[in-house]
Amino acid sequence: MTTRLVVGLDGHASGERALDFAVTQARLIGDCDLVVAYVIEWSPFSFHSAEENAQRHRRREEEISTVMSRVIDPAVNKLEKLGIKATGVVRHGDVADTLNAIAKQQKAAQIIVARSSEGGFSSRIFGSSTFNLVKGADLPVTVVQ
Amino acid sequence: MTATAMAAFAATLLTAGAARAQEAMTLDERVNQIFAEITGPFVSFIFAPLYGTDFPWIVMWLVIAATVFTLYFGFVQFRYFGHSIRLVKGDYSDPDDAGEVSHFQALATALSGTVGLGNIAGVAVAVGIGGPGATFWMILAGLLGMASKFTECTLGVKYRNEYEDGTVSGGPMYYLSKGFRELGLPGGGVLAVLFSVFCILGSLGGGNMFQANQAHAQISGILGDYPGWITGLVFAFVVFLVIVGGIKSIARVTEKIVPFMGILYVGAALIILIVEYDKIGWAFGQIFEGAFSGLGVAGGLVGALIQGFKRAAFSNEAGVGSAAIAHSAVRTKEPITEGFVSLLEPLIDTVVICTMTALVITISGQLITDPQTGRFVLDEAGAAIATIDGNTGVALTSAAFATGISWFPYVLAVAVVLFAFSTMISWSYYGLKAWTYLFGEGKTKELIFKLIFCAFVVIGAAANLGPVIDFSDAAIFAMAVVNILGLYFLMKVVRQELRSYGRRLRSGEIVAYRT
Repeated sequence: MTTRLVVGLDGHASGERALDFAVTQARLIGDCDLVVAYVIEWSPFSFHSAEENAQRHRRREEEISTVMSRVIDPAVNKLEKLGIKATGVVRHGDVADTLNAIAKQQKAAQIIVARSSEGGFSSRIFGSSTFNLVKGADLPVTVVQ
Repeated sequence: MTATAMAAFAATLLTAGAARAQEAMTLDERVNQIFAEITGPFVSFIFAPLYGTDFPWIVMWLVIAATVFTLYFGFVQFRYFGHSIRLVKGDYSDPDDAGEVSHFQALATALSGTVGLGNIAGVAVAVGIGGPGATFWMILAGLLGMASKFTECTLGVKYRNEYEDGTVSGGPMYYLSKGFRELGLPGGGVLAVLFSVFCILGSLGGGNMFQANQAHAQISGILGDYPGWITGLVFAFVVFLVIVGGIKSIARVTEKIVPFMGILYVGAALIILIVEYDKIGWAFGQIFEGAFSGLGVAGGLVGALIQGFKRAAFSNEAGVGSAAIAHSAVRTKEPITEGFVSLLEPLIDTVVICTMTALVITISGQLITDPQTGRFVLDEAGAAIATIDGNTGVALTSAAFATGISWFPYVLAVAVVLFAFSTMISWSYYGLKAWTYLFGEGKTKELIFKLIFCAFVVIGAAANLGPVIDFSDAAIFAMAVVNILGLYFLMKVVRQELRSYGRRLRSGEIVAYRT
């Protein structure tokens, strides 16, 4: 049975580290494919003007397209060149909750993320996405340094 | 520069300033006079009383419509209330659609256009003239109005235009034209055009001038009297930056602060009500007794009823059609779900927030009663209830809150200014959608409307309250005339949607993504 790993990317070097670690793991496992996921931070409970709402669908499509072309497609291409089967997913939502949901939906064995690059006041108050993922995930999470 | 020269320079500046102030007062008065003359006939028609009574036909028009929709849809506002809450919570939202406008966001956006001065100044006007009894009729109008909102917002989503670039335009002008065409009915196009014209007038009136006018009243109340056009210019500049300059940061900050202000306002009212909990029973007694006897207010029962219904309609805009424009941005496979969500608006706006304001005013003792009879004492003109210090409108609400929390008037002043600004931004969009419906989409056409909108900010701040508030009410109610007429023809479409959705919900075909 193929083992599936979900890798959380963030468009930064930390995401690359997570991807490299996932490649190593996939090779060790052998029959393994990867799902590279990027979550665009978004809350259904935020406030917008009527004009922003009217343009929201277009902006959402633009956001997804930008992430696909800049983060997901290069990552999937890189993995395919390395001979690893991979697919990409872009979703909007809370990073921790959404990565967990993607992993459950994909019936993944584990989630691999890098230590969060977030810092400052908000992460002290609300906790980082990585911390929240580790705390609330329904399946094993590997956090890469 | 020597001290003498500086003194001479300062004296010159002061003289020039005084001369400009003199000119400004003249300008204010002139604007007011011209404005009253132009809008007078329109206002008189909209608020004309029913033959042989004092009851404005337009108020009856709104209340009858809300009652008809309530009965036609089998008290949908109560039957689907729990489901509406679950929709707003996102229980039925497909995770794959995350990133689209959520039900909560559409509700919050529509509320930011309605929660504001209507809840603060409007309620004070209603209670000040119609007494606490007006609150009863306001609540009733709010509860009935939930069905009107449900009807128009369902249609708003169902018949909106979706453009190739992913943007949407919706609202009564679209459902009137497309809905009538679909049913093979004539006249939809004419109604859509009429609605658009009134919507533009409403956006310039209630959605703009009334807001600018009240914001100026608040600011000058704190800083001292000064010409209204100065406030108007400052407001117009900031509105210009947001709607023309596209500086979203200002709008974003406002959007964050306005809900906070709303919560603060309700919180302050709750604190006062908790502290004065022993008077709540008495206040409700006044509301019920006043609703059916008037307790000595001008016009008695009918006076209380008219004020309650009028202010509820102006506050929650149910039947007006404005919310349908805001709600149509939601991309849902089930247009009726947006109708369910929108019916919460009159509840939050009128039944909860307006009632709280009315209770605080009643409990505060600002309305003067005759200790012998317990009936209200009227002011010298005999038109409104006499108040301590003669306060009316926002000043009455402010004084009422100050009896419980002494510093609250300052917070209220800031809240009023922010509410006014947020309502202006919302209504600039509603007006723009009506404008583009009439004249077509395009950058230049949009810019023309936005510049006109900014100009009216200055006029609104400079004009006196009387003509502005009359015109504001009249323009917005005129939208309701056309919108409700159309809703009567289109409500069968909504009933089909409601029956189909209800059947699928009961059969389990429609399931929640979250339990």
